[in-house]
Amino acid sequence: MSTQALSLQRIRAVVIGASAGGVEALRNLLPALPAELAVPIFVVLHLPRESRSLLIEIFSPLCELQVREARDKDPIAPGTIYFAPSDYHLLLDTGPQLALSVDAAVNFSRPSIDVLFESAADVYQQQLMGVILTGSNHDGAAGLAAVRRAGGITVVQNPSSAMVPEMPMAALRSGPADFVLTLDEMVELLKTLNREVQT
Amino acid sequence: MDAQVSSATVPHKIFDIELRLLVDAIYLKYHFDFRRYADASLKRRLTAAMGRFGCATLSQLQDKVLHEPAVFPALLDYLTVQVSEMFRDPTYFRSLRSEVVPLLRTYPSLKIWVAGCSAGEEVYSLAILLREEGLLDRSVIYATDINLHALKRAEAGVYDLDRIASFTTNHQNSGARSSLSDYYTAAYGLAVFDKSLRKQIVFSDHSLATDSVFAEVHLVSCRNVLIYFDRTLQDRALELFSSALCRKGFLGLGSKESIRFSGSADAFDEFVRKDRIFQKKAA
Repeated sequence: MSTQALSLQRIRAVVIGASAGGVEALRNLLPALPAELAVPIFVVLHLPRESRSLLIEIFSPLCELQVREARDKDPIAPGTIYFAPSDYHLLLDTGPQLALSVDAAVNFSRPSIDVLFESAADVYQQQLMGVILTGSNHDGAAGLAAVRRAGGITVVQNPSSAMVPEMPMAALRSGPADFVLTLDEMVELLKTLNREVQT
Repeated sequence: MDAQVSSATVPHKIFDIELRLLVDAIYLKYHFDFRRYADASLKRRLTAAMGRFGCATLSQLQDKVLHEPAVFPALLDYLTVQVSEMFRDPTYFRSLRSEVVPLLRTYPSLKIWVAGCSAGEEVYSLAILLREEGLLDRSVIYATDINLHALKRAEAGVYDLDRIASFTTNHQNSGARSSLSDYYTAAYGLAVFDKSLRKQIVFSDHSLATDSVFAEVHLVSCRNVLIYFDRTLQDRALELFSSALCRKGFLGLGSKESIRFSGSADAFDEFVRKDRIFQKKAA
């Protein structure tokens, strides 16, 4: 096993942030992930407030992994994709468990990618992978920097392959990423993550 | 769960140690109890406060909190103030109107408790709803919070005019029987809510962490407050609500909150599931 593959084995959770173009990008990414994947995946996707809850209806039938809306204080199940509910910040809390807040918008966004990534980096440290996808603002740049500082693995969608490149570019300006990938390459990377539940 | 993650339950990072010390210091000096608040949001708020007070560490912030009298009241705003809006989640208010109000109507007088009222948006929303339903004159609304600044703002009932557009949309979607503009006067970029609404509201300092029940009530509305508590404190708060409510009284929670894992889960029936309205059991 290569050194890189070994380092990927330490990953216990994945956080994903996406904005404009995000539904499309996630439709390429999430359904391609195999049911055996054991890591939980937490997703913040910026959407207008009225589009709530449709995400679960869109992604649930497409994905092999379980798809749920994040609920406050829920324990974290392996191999599950959690979407932040609309108009709430999603955070990872000690436990680990899920937490929600109605604190002020960050980067004009609630849920905010920075809020998810920073709290997840605090809980999972070097066992976290942070992924920034397409988008038209700067949310997630500070969050990905927090993942990097905590020793986690950083992944950014190749801006030239992103529907809207600003968010990946802002993330890359915040510091170097371990991987800059197209969505297809990202699928291959995520498939190498743990398939056994860590106890 | 692997060793490194599970060790997160025991403070192992300096920040986590400082956090425990700071909340203990606040409790000992000021009797505000944040010891059972959920970590994630508390950490985020304290990190923001460190920036505001020019502190590089939580220990420095603790020093200021203990030795500089002006700091704690300002810090309290960081730790407690929620950003709400009037008629947030309009379907909640719509369900109160269609499902709960018909039962509230049967009581000769009504007592309602808005717990954790912050700057009062929820309180005025309920007051307006009760006015529209012809119930406000026989109601008393207890609006409580631990933050005296927030209570003062709530009592003033003054909001930035640029927030009124979304308040108005929410109000319309709540099944409004009147126009929101009937209840405020706009001047100098501010909307000042009608004093007559306030006649039926009692603003009071109360902590869900340390205080006890103060009245028997027919409805408790406590939305998006419990998400900031850990399970132990959530249980305490829900027990307070359960003791405060009359039999068959109502409890309204935030749209992502639940009682399913709490010790009080058995004390309530789901009344309007989708809007998180519960009814205390008769027995």
